[in-house]
Amino acid sequence: MTRWFHRTWHSDVAYSFRQSPVAMAAGLIAFACLFCAVFANWVAPHNPFDLATLELSDAFLPPLWLADGNPKYLLGTDDQGRDILSALMFGARISLMVGLASVMLSAAVGVSLGLLAGFVGGRLDAFIMRVCDVMLSFPVILIALLIAGVGRALFPDAPSAMVLGVLVLSISLSGWVQYARTVRSSTLVERNKEYVQAARLTGVSSLRIMRRHVLPNVLGPVMVLATIQVATAIITEATLSFLGVGAPPNSPSLGTLIQVGNKFLFSGNWWITVFPGTMLVLIALSVNLLGDWLRDALNPRLR
Amino acid sequence: MNAAPSVTAPLIEAHDLAMAFDVSPPWLNRVLEGKPRLLLQAVDGVSFSIEKGKTLALVGESGCGKSTVARLLVGLYQPTRGRLKFGDQDVHATLKSPQGHHLRRHIQMIFQDPYASLNPRWTVEDIVGEPLQEHGMIRDPAARKMRVAELLRSVGLNALDMVKFPHQFSGGQRQRISIARALGTEPEFLVCDEPTSALDVSVQAQVLNIMKDLQRERGLTYLFISHNLAVVRHVSDHVGVMYLGRLVELADKPTLFDRPRHPYTRMLLDAIPKMRDTGRARTPVSGEVPNPLDPPAGCAFHPRCPHANGRCAAERPHMLEQESTRVACHAVEEGRIE
Amino acid sequence: MSLLQVKNLVVEFPGRHGTLRALDDISFEIAPGEILGIVGESGAGKSLTSAAIIGLLEPPGRIASGEVLLEGTRIDNLNHEQMRHIRGRRIGAIFQDPLTSLNPLYTIGRQLIETIQTHLPMGAAEARQRAISLLQETGIAAAEQRLEHYPHQFSGGMRQRVVIALALAGEPKLIVADEPTTALDVSIQAQIIALLKNVCKKHSAAVMLITHDMGVIAETCDRVAVMYAGRIAEIGPVHDVINRPSHPYTEGLMAAIPDIEVDRDRLNQIDGAMPRLDAIPNGCAFNPRCAKAFERCRLVRPELTLVSTTRAACWLHETSVEVAA
Repeated sequence: MTRWFHRTWHSDVAYSFRQSPVAMAAGLIAFACLFCAVFANWVAPHNPFDLATLELSDAFLPPLWLADGNPKYLLGTDDQGRDILSALMFGARISLMVGLASVMLSAAVGVSLGLLAGFVGGRLDAFIMRVCDVMLSFPVILIALLIAGVGRALFPDAPSAMVLGVLVLSISLSGWVQYARTVRSSTLVERNKEYVQAARLTGVSSLRIMRRHVLPNVLGPVMVLATIQVATAIITEATLSFLGVGAPPNSPSLGTLIQVGNKFLFSGNWWITVFPGTMLVLIALSVNLLGDWLRDALNPRLR
Repeated sequence: MNAAPSVTAPLIEAHDLAMAFDVSPPWLNRVLEGKPRLLLQAVDGVSFSIEKGKTLALVGESGCGKSTVARLLVGLYQPTRGRLKFGDQDVHATLKSPQGHHLRRHIQMIFQDPYASLNPRWTVEDIVGEPLQEHGMIRDPAARKMRVAELLRSVGLNALDMVKFPHQFSGGQRQRISIARALGTEPEFLVCDEPTSALDVSVQAQVLNIMKDLQRERGLTYLFISHNLAVVRHVSDHVGVMYLGRLVELADKPTLFDRPRHPYTRMLLDAIPKMRDTGRARTPVSGEVPNPLDPPAGCAFHPRCPHANGRCAAERPHMLEQESTRVACHAVEEGRIE
Repeated sequence: MSLLQVKNLVVEFPGRHGTLRALDDISFEIAPGEILGIVGESGAGKSLTSAAIIGLLEPPGRIASGEVLLEGTRIDNLNHEQMRHIRGRRIGAIFQDPLTSLNPLYTIGRQLIETIQTHLPMGAAEARQRAISLLQETGIAAAEQRLEHYPHQFSGGMRQRVVIALALAGEPKLIVADEPTTALDVSIQAQIIALLKNVCKKHSAAVMLITHDMGVIAETCDRVAVMYAGRIAEIGPVHDVINRPSHPYTEGLMAAIPDIEVDRDRLNQIDGAMPRLDAIPNGCAFNPRCAKAFERCRLVRPELTLVSTTRAACWLHETSVEVAA
C-alpha cells in the first residue's frame, strides 16, 4: 500500500498537479465541498430538515454581514427558518451523490458497450454506433425530463430514494454515449497491437482479453471524461430540479434550493437563491478545472 | 524439398497456403457507387516444409506477404485455401476443435515491435506467466513465480526484473521478455516476425545469439521472417524468397547466397549495400513493388525483370525442383539464365 | 574553407530531474561537396545533431554552448526569422518519413514551386520549369503531369524522390539527410542512395547523412563519424573507419553486424547497452562495456586524437597525441 502511495506521489501526474496552482486550488475547493457534503451531519451547524429545531420566527433572516444578521445563521435563513448554510451542505450532498452515481452508471454502460463495439467489430459495432447516433440526436434534458416525468406520473407517491434513483437513471442514460465512442476508438487501436495478438495466439478467450488486456489501456481518456461529466451531471440534475422533476423537496438538492428560493428573489430575500447558486457554480467550476488539468497531465503519456 | 527421402517427416508442412483479405468498400458505397468487391490476395499458394530443429527464413520486401504467412502459421488467420500440418495434425482444423487449445502450447510467436508486444499495464511477471496460467500448466502461484524467474534467466535477464513494467526496459530487453513469454509453454515451433528489425545493431547481435543458443539447447524449430538478408544469412538453414504473395525461390542457405537463381533474388542480393566491396558501380533495379490489389498477370515480377518474355506476362510460373533449389521462373526453366 | 563547422557543440535538456546533456562537446567539419556520414545507435544523438544545426531543436532542448558555422558565419545564434532564410536556401533537409514530409493537402507542384520562389528570385513560369527539371533529375517520369498530383498518389520511393527534389529546390550548399532510406524497401533504398549521391554531386551540394545502417554509409559517404552517448567516438575516411577501426566501440559495432558475404556462427556482441543520458559514466562513456578499458578510461574523458588516418576518442591511442596535427 505504501509502495503504491509512494509511486503515485512521485508520479508524473502528481508532479503536474503540484506544478499547477489552478489545479491545486480547484482540487482544494472540490475537496472542501465534498467533505462538507459527506460529513454534513457533523459539519453543518443545524439540521434544516429536523422540523423540531426550526423556528418560524427566525425566517427570512439575512446573512451575517448585513443588518439584522444573526451569528447563529451565518448565511441567513429561508422562508421556514431553515439555515441556508446547512441546507447548502445537505443539498450539496444530494447533488454530488446524484452526480457521481449517474457518472458511474453511464461510465459502466458506455465503457462496456464501447469495448464490445471496438473489439468485436462487424455488425455489433455498427449497431451500437447507430444507437449512439440516435441517442445523440435527442437533447439531454429532454430525455431526462421524459424519464423523470414518466416515472413521477407512474409512481406519484414514490419514496425519495426511488425518485433519486430514477433521476440518476435519467441523467446517466443521456451521458453514456461519450464513453462508448471514446472507448471504442481506443479499443480499435489497442486491438491491433501485438500484445493482444500474443494473448490470442496463446488461446486466451476474447472476453478475458477485453477485460484484462484492453480495458486497463483505454481507461485514461475515460477518467478525464468522467471528471468533466460529474460537473455536467450536477448541473443537469440542478436543471431538472429547477424544472420540478428532479430531487424531491424533502431531500432537496442545490437545484431544488435554487428553485425554492427563486420565489423570494424579487421580494429582496436574495440570499435564499443566490447562495445555493454560488455553491453549484463553485462545485461545477472546480470539477471542470480538475478535469481540464487531468486531460493535460495525462496527455503526453497517452501518446 | 531434398532430393533424397528424409528420414523423419518434417515438423511443419505448408501446402498451397493462400490468404485473401476482403478490403471492399462498405456495402452502402458499393451499392451507391457501383464498386465491385475487392479482394487482396496477400498470400497466393505458398508451400514449404521445415524439419525439426531447423530454421526456415522467409525474406521479401513490403507487401510480399511474409507477415501474413507468419500469422497463418500460428493460427491468427484462417487460410482461404491450402493446408498446414504440424507433425501429423492439420493445424487449422485442430485449432477449431477442442484439442486446439493444447496445440497452441506447441506453436508460439515473437513479434517485431518490442513496444507494442508487451501490455504496458502489466508487470513482467504477469506477462511471462500468462501462457502458463492460460494452459493451466502451473497452478500454484509460488511455483509459477519460480518458473517465470527461470525463464527470465534463460534469456539473460535478472529474475528480480519481474516486478517491473515494460516501459522500464530497453527495446532489446523487451524482445527478450517476449522470448521468455514464448518459451513458457515449452513450444516446439517458434514463428519470429522480424524480431530484430526494430533493434540497434549491437542489441540485435545479442538477441540473435540468444535465439541461436536456445535453438541448440532445446531443439526449437524456427520460421524467421525478415527483410534483412544479412541477418537471414546468419540465422537460417533454408531460405524462401517471397514476392507479392508468392514464393519465387526456396533453397538451402549456401545455395541461395552463392548461386541465386531467380532474377528477383539476384536483384535483392545485389541491392544490399555492401560494406567491403564499396564504390563499384551497380545497376540499381528499376521500378517498384506493384500494388498487391492489382498484381501483374502471369509472373508477378515480369514488369521489372530483365529476362521477361511473352510467356512471363501470360503464364504464372510454378515451383520447379532444380538440383536442391526450387525456383518459380520461366527463364530459369527454359535455361535462358545461366 | 569548410562549408560547415561544428565546434564544441553542447545540447542540453533541462528537465524535472536535472539537466540532461544530450550532445556533449561535438566537433566536426564538412568540406564543400563532401558526403559525411553520422552513424550511431538509438540514443547516440545523431538526429539531435542535425536538429541543432538546422535550428529545429524541440524545446526545452537548447544549445548550451559551442558554435555552428556555415561558410564562416555563425548560425546557431540566429533568431527564428533569420534561420528561416537559411533553411531551404543554404541548407536543405530530407527526413525519414516521406509520408509526413509532404503536405497532403497541396499538389507537389505547388509545394515545389512555392519553395523555389521563396528562396530564388524567379517568376512563376521559370519556377515551374525548374520544378519540372528537378523532378526529372530525381527520376520521376512524366514530370510535367505529375506536378498536378498529390502526395498520396505517389509510392514511398517516389515520394522520397520528391522530397529530395524539394530539398534541392533552393540550390542549397548543404543537405542534411536524416535516415532517408530507413523506411524504404531494400531495392528502393539502393535506388535512392544512388540518386542522392549523383544528384548532390551534380549540384555540388555537401551532404550530412545520418543513419544507423553501416552499409548505406559504406556505399555513399566519403567520411564517417561514429557517435556514442552524445559524443563522437571516431571520425575519418569511410574505408578506414570500417576496415581498420581504431575505437573499440567501432570495432565491436562492425563485428556485430551480420555479413551478407560470410557465414559466422556467433555475432560478436557488445554486452550491456548504451547508457541513458542521466547515467553517463565518468571518463570515457564506453568504458563499462569495453574489453580493453583500464584505469584512465574510468576517470578522464578522452579527446579525439589522430590515429593514422582517423581520429578516435580513446586512451588506447594516447601515445599518438604528440603526432596529432
